[in-house]
Amino acid sequence: MLYREAGQFKSTYGEDQQIFPIRQDRVAIAMLLVVAFVVIPLFANQYWLSAILTPFLIFALAALGLNILTGYAGQLSLGTAAFMAVGAFMTYNFVLRMPWLGILPSFILAGLCAAAVGIVFGLPSLRIKGFYLAVATLACQFFVLWAIQRIGWFTNNSPSGVITAQAVGILGYAFDTPARKYLLTLAIVTVMALLAKNLMRSETGRAFMAVRDMDVAASVIGIPMMKTKLLAFAISSFYCGVAGALYAYTYLGTVEPEAFTLDLSFRILFMIIIGGVGSILGSFLGAGFIILMPILLSVVFGAVSHATGVQVSHAVLSNLELMIFGGLIIFFLIVEPHGLARLWQIAKEKLRLWPFPH
Amino acid sequence: MSRADRIGEAILSVQGVSLAFGGVKALQEVSFDVLEHEVRAIIGPNGAGKSSMLNVINGVYHPQQGKIRLRESAGWREFNDMDPHQAAAMGIARTFQNIALFKGMTVLDNVMTGRNLKMRASFLEQAIWIGRARREELAHRHAVEEIIDFLDIQHIRRTPVGKLPYGLQKRVELARALAAEPSLLLLDEPMAGMNLEEKQDMCRFVLDVNDHYGTSIVLIEHDMGVVMDISDRVVVLDYGRKIADGTPDEVRANQAVIDAYLGVAH
Amino acid sequence: MNVAFFFEVLIGGLLSGVMYSLVALGFVLIYKASGVFNFAQGAMVFFAALTFVSLLERGVNFWLALLITLAVMVLLGISIEKVVLRPLVNQPQITLFMATIGLTFVLEGLSQLLWGSQPHGLDLGIKDVPMEWLADSTGMFISQFDLFASGIAAVLVATLSLFFQYTRIGRALRAVADDHQAAQAVGIPLKHIWAIVWAVAGFVALVAGLMWGARNGVQFALTFIALKALPVLILGGFESVLGAIVGGLIIGASEKLAEVYIGPMVGGGIESWFAYVIALLFLLVRPQGLFGEKIIDRV
Repeated sequence: MLYREAGQFKSTYGEDQQIFPIRQDRVAIAMLLVVAFVVIPLFANQYWLSAILTPFLIFALAALGLNILTGYAGQLSLGTAAFMAVGAFMTYNFVLRMPWLGILPSFILAGLCAAAVGIVFGLPSLRIKGFYLAVATLACQFFVLWAIQRIGWFTNNSPSGVITAQAVGILGYAFDTPARKYLLTLAIVTVMALLAKNLMRSETGRAFMAVRDMDVAASVIGIPMMKTKLLAFAISSFYCGVAGALYAYTYLGTVEPEAFTLDLSFRILFMIIIGGVGSILGSFLGAGFIILMPILLSVVFGAVSHATGVQVSHAVLSNLELMIFGGLIIFFLIVEPHGLARLWQIAKEKLRLWPFPH
Repeated sequence: MSRADRIGEAILSVQGVSLAFGGVKALQEVSFDVLEHEVRAIIGPNGAGKSSMLNVINGVYHPQQGKIRLRESAGWREFNDMDPHQAAAMGIARTFQNIALFKGMTVLDNVMTGRNLKMRASFLEQAIWIGRARREELAHRHAVEEIIDFLDIQHIRRTPVGKLPYGLQKRVELARALAAEPSLLLLDEPMAGMNLEEKQDMCRFVLDVNDHYGTSIVLIEHDMGVVMDISDRVVVLDYGRKIADGTPDEVRANQAVIDAYLGVAH
Repeated sequence: MNVAFFFEVLIGGLLSGVMYSLVALGFVLIYKASGVFNFAQGAMVFFAALTFVSLLERGVNFWLALLITLAVMVLLGISIEKVVLRPLVNQPQITLFMATIGLTFVLEGLSQLLWGSQPHGLDLGIKDVPMEWLADSTGMFISQFDLFASGIAAVLVATLSLFFQYTRIGRALRAVADDHQAAQAVGIPLKHIWAIVWAVAGFVALVAGLMWGARNGVQFALTFIALKALPVLILGGFESVLGAIVGGLIIGASEKLAEVYIGPMVGGGIESWFAYVIALLFLLVRPQGLFGEKIIDRV
C-alpha cells in the first residue's frame, strides 16, 4: 500500500529511465541524503563517525569497484586490496612530491594509477576466464604488495614501512575532525556512486553484463571484447584506488602495506556476495552488513554473558565471527544468490500490497 | 508491390566454399547467392552442414577454400577471414540455434545491446549522463521500442530474459538482431522447439520483418511446411554438398532432394 | 657458480615442491570427481593437523589419534558434500568456488574454536636435519625430513593412481568426473561416490597436514598452503594426479631457484609471488596445464 505506483505515469523515455522512477523512492532517497549530510554530522558521536560510518562508506566504495568488475562484468578478482594499496600509496607520493596538486586531484591521479595497474593485470582476462582469472588477480595481489614493500620510492624509503598519512585539507579548510572526514568521504562516495549508477545503466553497463553472461555471443553482435574487459578492470581499479586512498587518509591515518592484504580482498568479495552481485545498492548493503556484523555479535554475546554470567572470550568471539561469515556466504549462495539487494527488492514488492493481503 | 517485385540483385555471394574440421568435411565447394529482400532457406538432413554455412557467412568459421562476397554501397567486398565482430559491423546479424541471449539482463537491455555498434558516446559521457550520451540513449531507446512493438513483446520488456518461456526468448533474440538494422539477417532454426501456434507467430514475424524492413533473410529450418510457405528460394545441402537450388516447388520435386531425405544411399 | 650449491637448491626446491603436491592432490581428487575447486582444502589440512596434534597433546596414543582424526576428516568430508555442495549442484563453477571460500572461513573458525589458536609443534620422529653422509660426500645439505615427505607423497600418488586405474570404485570415480548423467545411467550411485571422494580427500588432507605440521609447526598459516596449491594445479592440470606432482616439483624448484638467484637482485621476497607469475604465464600459453584436458568454448 505504501509503495503503490498507481497514478505515476511516465510519458517520456527520459522519465522512464530515471534512477528512481517511483516517487516514494525519490522521497526516501532525498530524506536519506538529508540525514546523511546534515543530521548525522550534527548528532552522531565520534565513535560512530570514525569507526563505523566512515569505514562503511569506504568499504562500500571498494565493494562498488569490485562489483563493477565481478558483479557486472563477470571477471572474478581477488586483487581488490592491491588496487586499494596502489591508490593509497600513490596518493601519498603525489601529496609528498607535488603538494601543489591538492588532495582531491591527488586522489583522482592515484585512482588513475590504480586503473593503469588494473589494466595491466586485466590483460590475462582476454585469454582466461572464471576462477583461472582469480589466479591472475592473486598474482596481482601478491606482486603489488611485494613491490610496494621492496621498492623504496613508494614509501619514500621509510625505514619502518609505516607512513603517517598527511593531513587532508582543501583550500585551507582542514578535514581533521571525524565529522569533517566523514563528510568528505560521504561527498566523494555519493558522487562516485552516482557516476557508477549512470554508467551501469548505459551502454557500458550493458556491454559489461553481456560479456558476463555470454561473451562469445557479445562479440558476435559487435561488442569489442578487449576494450570492454579492460575498461571494466580500469574503472573498477579506479574506484578501488580511490577507496584505498580514503581508507588511508580519512580512516586509518597511516599508509601501510599490512592494511591491504589478501584478507581485505576476501572481505570485499564477501561484501558483494552477501550484498548482491551486479547491484549498486548491494555494494552498500553488503558493506554495511559486514561492518555491523561484528558489532552486533559482540553486543549479542555481551548481553548473553551479562544474563548468564558466562564470559565469552575475544578469541572465541572472533572465531565465531569467522564461522558466521563463512556460513552466511554459503547460505546466501544457496538461498539467495542475488543477496540482500534482491531481498530488498522482494520486500518492496510486498510493500505494494501491505498491509492488505491481496 | 508484391514480394516478388521487391526482390533485387544479389547481395551475398558464396563461391566454392569448402570447410573442414580436421578430417571431417563440413562443406564441400558450396556456391549460391542471396538476392536482396528475399527470404532464402537452407535445408537438408541432419549433419548436412547448414549451421556451418551460416557460421561461415558471419565469420565464426573460416573456410579453407572459396570466397564470400557481400555487396555494399561501394561495391562487392570479399571477406573470407573476417571475424564475427566485423561481420556485425558490415550489417550481418544472426540468431542462434541454442539461444544466445544474455540471461542476466532484461528484454529491453538485451535488445538495446543490439544497438551497441551505433552508440558513439564515451564512457565518461555516459557516467555524467549529459549531452550526447543522454540523447543517444533516448534515441536508441526510441528505435528499440519500435522493434519491441513490432514483435509484440512490450509486456515483458522489464522481465529478465532467463525467466521467459522458450518461444518468447526466440522472439527477443530476433528483436536483438533487428535492433542492429541489418541488411542481411541469418536465422538458425528460428522455429526449433516451438508448437504450432508459436511457429505460426514466428512465421508471421519473419515475413513481417522482410516486408516492413526489407531485410534479406537466410534461414535454416527443418519444418518443410514453413520452408515451402515463406521462402522465395531454397538451397539444399547434403553431406556438405549443394544438391539443389531453386524455388520451393522446384526443390520439392527434385529427386536428389527426395533421396537425401529418405536416406537413399548415393 | 657453485654446482653443488645449485643442486642443493634445486633438490631442496623439488622436495618442497613435493610438499605442495601433497596438498594439490586433495584438490585434484575433488575436482576430478565433482568439478568443484575446493578452496577449503587448505583449511581441511589445518583442521586435520590441529585435531591430530591436540589429541596427541592430550595424551592419546599416536596411532589411535591418527585413526580418530581420520574418522573425523571422513565425516567432515561427507557432511561438506551433503550440506554445502549438493544444494549448489547445478550452479556455475564460480558460485561453487565462492561457497568453498565461505567453507574455508567456517573451518578455520571451527578449528580454532575447538582447539585454540596457539601454534603447536608436531614430532613425527624424523628430524628436519641434513643427511650427514650426503653432506660429507658431496657438500650438499638435504634434509632427511624432506626426503621422507617425498617418499610418503610418492607412495600416496602411486596408490591413488592405481586406485583410479584398476579398482571398480576408481573407475566409477572417473566415470562420474566425465559425465554425471551417463554415470547414473549405468547405475553408479553418485551420492556414494561423492562421499567417498570427499572422504579420500580428507585423508589426503590429513597426510598433508601431518607433513606440513611437522615441518613448519601446526599454526594458522597452514591454511595459506591452499593458495600455493593453485599455481601447482594450473601447471599440472586440475584433473591430473600426475600433474599435481609434476606441477608441484616445477613450482617448488623454480620458486627456490628464483629466490636464491634472482632474489638478491631485487631485494628478496620473490617467493611470495613468483609461483603465481609462472602460473599466469602458463595460463596464457597453455590454460589446461601440462596434463589437463583442453577446454572448448561453444556458442
